[in-house]
Amino acid sequence: MMKIAVLIKQVPGSESPLSIADSNVWLDEEKVAYIMNESDNYALEEALLLKEGTQDCEVVVVSLGPERVKKIIREGLAKGADRGMHLNINSNDVTDPLSIAKIFADALKSENFDLILSGLQSDDLGHGQTGIIIGELLKMSTGSLAVSTKLDGDQIAIKQEMEAGFFQNVRMSLPASITIQSGLNTPRYPSLKGIMGAKKKEIKTLDIDSSDQKLKISKLYLPSSSNEITMIDGSPDQIVENLVKVFKSEIKI
Amino acid sequence: MQFTDEHKALASNVKNFAQNEIKPFVEDWEKNGHFPAHDLFKKMGNLDFLGITKSTEYGGLGLDYSYGMVFAEALGYAADLGVITAIGVQTDMATPALDRFGSDELKKEFLTPSILGDLVSAIAVSEPGAGSDVASIKTTAQKTGDDYVIDGQKMWITNAKQADYFCTLVNTGDGNVHKNKSLVIIPSDTKGLSVGDKIEKLGQLTSDTAPVYFDNVKVPQRYRIGEEGDGFKMQMEQFQEERIFLSAINLALLDECVAETISYCKDRTAFGRKIIENQSIHFKLAELQTEIEATRALIYRACEEFVNGNDLTNLASMAKLKSGRLIRDVSDACLQLYGGMGFTWENQASKIYRDGRLTSIGGGADEIMLRIICKYMGII
Ligand SMILES: Cc1cc2nc3c(=O)[nH]c(=O)nc-3n(C[C@H](O)[C@H](O)[C@H](O)COP(=O)(O)OP(=O)(O)OC[C@H]3O[C@@H](n4cnc5c(N)ncnc54)[C@H](O)[C@@H]3O)c2cc1C
Repeated sequence: MMKIAVLIKQVPGSESPLSIADSNVWLDEEKVAYIMNESDNYALEEALLLKEGTQDCEVVVVSLGPERVKKIIREGLAKGADRGMHLNINSNDVTDPLSIAKIFADALKSENFDLILSGLQSDDLGHGQTGIIIGELLKMSTGSLAVSTKLDGDQIAIKQEMEAGFFQNVRMSLPASITIQSGLNTPRYPSLKGIMGAKKKEIKTLDIDSSDQKLKISKLYLPSSSNEITMIDGSPDQIVENLVKVFKSEIKI
Repeated sequence: MQFTDEHKALASNVKNFAQNEIKPFVEDWEKNGHFPAHDLFKKMGNLDFLGITKSTEYGGLGLDYSYGMVFAEALGYAADLGVITAIGVQTDMATPALDRFGSDELKKEFLTPSILGDLVSAIAVSEPGAGSDVASIKTTAQKTGDDYVIDGQKMWITNAKQADYFCTLVNTGDGNVHKNKSLVIIPSDTKGLSVGDKIEKLGQLTSDTAPVYFDNVKVPQRYRIGEEGDGFKMQMEQFQEERIFLSAINLALLDECVAETISYCKDRTAFGRKIIENQSIHFKLAELQTEIEATRALIYRACEEFVNGNDLTNLASMAKLKSGRLIRDVSDACLQLYGGMGFTWENQASKIYRDGRLTSIGGGADEIMLRIICKYMGII
């Protein structure tokens, strides 16, 4: 059987007000409306598509976080994942990609996944490294920024996005950990049957000790904004000339 | 009303669907004078949205009406009552009686494909001479052999231009006007059935509304829902779902309308300060939000009665009356706060002002709701 893990993270949604907590190191969670991280949603869809195209395949959604992350695990199950794993951690302290990857690697090791898919980065912390480090820790092939995937026997072919509009086609042997770029598919809506069926699917909870961490946020703050207005006077030609100068050298468009 | 994780997941799923698959297209659909019912219903059928409360044997989910109401409320995020009402025709107006009383054969032929989104339905009750007074409809169905021959005219029929069948109230006999009627399914391609020109309306421009004519239209008697003569009773019963649905779709829509108006008032300056800073304005907005919440509580309570299997006629009538008044009051007050902008097509308030006017008319006008409430109060 082909076993695919999809790592999904719950992040603050763009619709909710983002106010900083009194601690000055994290958001005021009370006010946040959480959603599934955007690129993780694409990774999940990619896994479900791979499952639909493969004879015997299991998709497991895995999320690290407090109790609230069960919501997105259930969302994954409603969309068609077979079971869930909740890596239960009671704080937001662990924020560095190496510590996070170690937690995942430990939890996932015994499952012997053939494929681990994750989003290319999380919309809140944006390190963009977790999926790759997990792959390294578990001695898997790794690939990042995949814009297409194709299983082929014990290999997977992916198309990777490079700099400056270039792409690279790579083929690697399984097991592999691949990070997925947003936009490569159209994430499905869960059906109501899926939603009702999700509560019957297994969510395994593993309690995680969060003592190991390499990085700490010392201060979270909003960028200060200032209103600076420069008036450009002169004839239309002079205005255009000066405006172009400002665009080029100051605003750097 | 206690909502489970599944209710919440349904609400957020329908909200996403409404915001992404309906809202962005509304402007174009308004210009076209209709929305693509077959396309949209198929998408919704694939997500099991069209059979939430329908029998599982025919493809439904068999859930209680609290799920139907959560669905209706979340549809509000589509921000277009024309499309939302047309969806409601499919789920809560043209099909409840079919699900409850239709024969196995009839349900397989019409209910299952409606739940899948393969067939578009319409409910044909009102006539040029009878709207509020449903009992005095004139359309007749005469028995000949195994068939009915139907003659008459229906008016104001939502989805008429795109419907594959009409769930039609007809007189199948003479005598007592409450006992001489039947609901009959009439496929739109039946010979002798014709749909008139689209009616030019004040609002809900995405929805096509038209008269339907029956001239010697022959359908088999097995297309009748339930027993002959029970049509009026069945229609009065399916009005209840219709009324909860029509009440609930206004709630999220109005929450959004108030929220957008607040943003506008925070942005707009007059007499040297933001207009929101005037107490008459921020108090007004608080009043409106309170009214929305109070109406929501009433609608939830009506739904709860329904879920518990009790008679909800009284509460459903109150809910629809209140929701119809609410949408007029809130949209009017918000429109006013936009000033001149309120009189344009550039904001939600004026759109809701146009579209929302129908709540007090369709599915039984306010006055008819008041008549029902009076009867329950023992006044008349
Ligand atoms: C956009 C739109 C879509 C519609 N879609 C459908 C549809 O899909 N299917 C369908 O069957 N119908 C549909 N209708 C019809 C709708 O249900 C009727 O318009 C409504 O029931 C009112 O009937 P009427 O228009 O005949 O008004 P009337 O019955 O003529 O009423 C006129 C006025 O008199 C008042 N009135 C009547 N009787 C009394 C009384 N006893 N005491 C006090 N006041 C009274 C009414 O409340 C109203 O204010 C639709 C209507 C519209 C506008």
